[in-house]
Amino acid sequence: MSTFSAIGEEREIDRDEYTPGVEPQPTWCPGCGDFSVLKALKQALPEVGRTPEETLLCTGIGCSGKLNSYLDTYGFHTIHGRSLPVARAAKLANPDLEVIAAGGDGDGYGIGGNHFIHTARENHDMTYIVFNNEIFGLTKGQTSPTSPKGHKSKTQPSGSAKEPIKPLSMSLNAGASYVARTAAVNPNQAKEILIEAIEHDGFAHVDFLTQCPTWNKDARQYVPYIDVNESDDYDFDKTDRVEAQEMMRTTEESLYEGEVLTGRFYVDEDRPSYGEEKRAIGEMPEEPLAERYWDDDYEWERSHDSFLDKHA
Amino acid sequence: MTDDELIWRISGGSGDGIASTSQNFAKALMRSGLNVFTHRHYPSRIRGGHTYTEVRASADPVQSRGDGYNFLLALGDSFARNPQEEAVYGNEEVKPLSENLDELREGGVIVYDEGLLDASEIPNFEERAEENNWHVYPLDLRGLARDMGREVMRNTAGVGATLALIGMDPEHVEDLMRDAMPEKILDPNLEILETAYNQVQEEYDVDAPDVAVPTGEHDETQLLMSGSDAISYGAIDEGCRFIAGYPMTPWTEVFTIMTKHLPKLGGISEQVEDEIAAAALAVGASHAGVKAMSGSSGGGFALMSEPLGLAEMTETPVVLVEAMRAGPSTGMPTKPEQSDLEHVLYTSQGDSQRVVLAPGTVEEAYEQSRLAFRLAYEYQIPSILLYDQKLGGELVNVPKSHFDREPNPTLGKTLTEDALAEQPHSADGKFHRFQHDVDDGVSPRSLPGQKGGRFLATGNEHDPTGHIAESPDNRVAQIDRRTQKLEAIRADLDAEDTGSYAGPEDAQYGILTFGSQQGTVEEAVGRLNDAGVSVKSYGVSDMLPFPTEQVEAFVESVDEVLVVEMTASGQFRGLIQKNLGRYGERLSSLLKYNGNPFEPAEIVDGFEAAIIEGDGDASGHQTTFVPAAGD
Repeated sequence: MSTFSAIGEEREIDRDEYTPGVEPQPTWCPGCGDFSVLKALKQALPEVGRTPEETLLCTGIGCSGKLNSYLDTYGFHTIHGRSLPVARAAKLANPDLEVIAAGGDGDGYGIGGNHFIHTARENHDMTYIVFNNEIFGLTKGQTSPTSPKGHKSKTQPSGSAKEPIKPLSMSLNAGASYVARTAAVNPNQAKEILIEAIEHDGFAHVDFLTQCPTWNKDARQYVPYIDVNESDDYDFDKTDRVEAQEMMRTTEESLYEGEVLTGRFYVDEDRPSYGEEKRAIGEMPEEPLAERYWDDDYEWERSHDSFLDKHA
Repeated sequence: MTDDELIWRISGGSGDGIASTSQNFAKALMRSGLNVFTHRHYPSRIRGGHTYTEVRASADPVQSRGDGYNFLLALGDSFARNPQEEAVYGNEEVKPLSENLDELREGGVIVYDEGLLDASEIPNFEERAEENNWHVYPLDLRGLARDMGREVMRNTAGVGATLALIGMDPEHVEDLMRDAMPEKILDPNLEILETAYNQVQEEYDVDAPDVAVPTGEHDETQLLMSGSDAISYGAIDEGCRFIAGYPMTPWTEVFTIMTKHLPKLGGISEQVEDEIAAAALAVGASHAGVKAMSGSSGGGFALMSEPLGLAEMTETPVVLVEAMRAGPSTGMPTKPEQSDLEHVLYTSQGDSQRVVLAPGTVEEAYEQSRLAFRLAYEYQIPSILLYDQKLGGELVNVPKSHFDREPNPTLGKTLTEDALAEQPHSADGKFHRFQHDVDDGVSPRSLPGQKGGRFLATGNEHDPTGHIAESPDNRVAQIDRRTQKLEAIRADLDAEDTGSYAGPEDAQYGILTFGSQQGTVEEAVGRLNDAGVSVKSYGVSDMLPFPTEQVEAFVESVDEVLVVEMTASGQFRGLIQKNLGRYGERLSSLLKYNGNPFEPAEIVDGFEAAIIEGDGDASGHQTTFVPAAGD
């Protein structure tokens, strides 16, 4: 038996395998968009042929962080805003793992914004799903980085004076090689986009609009939605950075005007992933580092033989 | 002044090559058979600003920088700011000479570069030289270097003059230059060395040197090594192949050394966006099954508080190193202090569940770096190696045989898939990663990608499968189990015996210290005993879990104890009292927090003033005495 025999296992996978046997009572509210992310992931993972035990799902803190409780894979429920650095290191340590990170808009675009920018910049081969509900839900309805300007809450009683974050543009500028937006109310598109994101060899960022019926009652249910790749009203080349940028800008502005635009906004299949870049300059081993600790024949180098003579 | 040691100080501007010149000179002295110890003093600037390095050499073992020094090589500061304007920084051009005179011993030697330094600008220089019986040699080192090569080679000219004046054969220095220098600059440097050496020999009567180099002999191969080197090699020998970090002085040294070597060993080094990410990456890599580390200095380590707590709660093995410098806030970036002790012990929310080790010497830095990894992985707990700018940067000779040990890449209680199958699982196949009742509190772990091992790691309190659980019974069981690991680690550390003792066992008085001050304290203890004072010392390395029994036995065995540390608030003394719960009336403190480490004489004088005379007034030193409770 190899060390990580769940990896690369060729077999049929049933989506029920991702459902915990003793499913905890969901802590999400009825009508919450988060259920759709869970469902879309359960559909996408068997289709891309990744089993629960070769998948590592790293989440942040918030309602979205509970995803680990309802999706049965290896999981790391990290701390607020820090899912990405944990996830990308696991990918470097064992590139054979399917690594997915997930968190809310406060988690990813607020407290974890620095990690988001740098993980996108480095183009790690992983998927990042941001549950964007334009609100802090778990802490009961405070204004979030994606809340519209003028949004009133107990922490912004006069209405937010801030323009919201533009997550798609930020992602593109930072260096993500796959940027998409989907919505909880569009399950088919959500599944397809997650499949593409997981299969993409690079940093795939999915801004997932998840309505919050409890704390963001004023917000739209993200309907009607328009798929910009299919609509005749929009014509742009998603492989062209400049056209993508313009489409993103339109999308980000129109969300606050009541128009929900979704789809793939930018796809760069040519950019090497961070792992490939590191290997190309000789700074990452060809074989997964995590395997080495189980290789009985590996001769572990020691300082005594390798580095001491220059000190003599 | 003693004749049996040379303490050579080379001074100049930052960026003038002081560090590399002194390192080569120290190595030459080591190769000649002497024991060496260096001390660096430098500002937080790229170019300019007064900097010096001391090299102490003796046939006897040397454990500290020593007291003052007896040979000054003052080079110019080629990056001195406007020398005419004596504004905030004063006349920087003469600082390599003027700033160093106070600590030069009577009868000492001064060689200065008269090509760059004008001694007449230093008030009372000649009178002071006469008063202190200094032997002054003004030499145009810059001119000599310019004539034969390039001006920047004046350091070499200074070394050549030094060799002539201390009566040392240039062969070791020449060998080192041949090893280290590219051909293009080797020849002019060799020529400059020889010319300076000959010129001084011809011009001055050096048959009876003012300060002679001692002679010694090593019976085995010696290495010139810093604490940062030793920590890095310890990590590598323990199978660490992943490091993530962000630059910060003085931790950058370990980060740089690891980054230089890891790719060659098929390892990975990551420079990342901030220290939160750095520690989180180390946690992520370790979770996936790689031996991983990160580290920083005070401010950067503050950012690591949350990932540190996450490692405690998820029981992810990880090693963090913390290179202390003077705080608070940005403090004094290049100056040593030990005042991050409490920060490292207690930072992050909740009850601390971590290991903190503070090595006292370069040898211990290697051993305890290995120990930190072993404990982290065997007990699934974060280990922190606490050191400072002094231990990280000072160079000492260590026998090569010290490092002749087997590598240990084992991951601790990490299961194979076969073994995993034998472990308890829930009905749906979820592995019980966090079992309530296990030996030593250590519940075996699986790695992502293993069949039959899936579980959830979470910063929330959790049940055996890792799922979020807040029931009182589970909470108590999990906390008690995690705490039990610390008891097991304490027993493990008792067998390791990391403490360092000096002085007679039945001594009347004691000195307690921790970390990098250990060697200096031990040298002071030797001198005090030579002077008839009955005193012993105990250098403590285990900060958490604390060796309460051993420290209590030490305190119990003497009349009074002086606690020596580089903090302003007596943090180590506080830690002792917290753990012992009494003896406040028996413990007094000797503190130093002016940016320089203790010299042995400060401890000798401080001890005599505090314990023997009882008033604590050690005049002439910038140390602070805090009496015992009730005094």
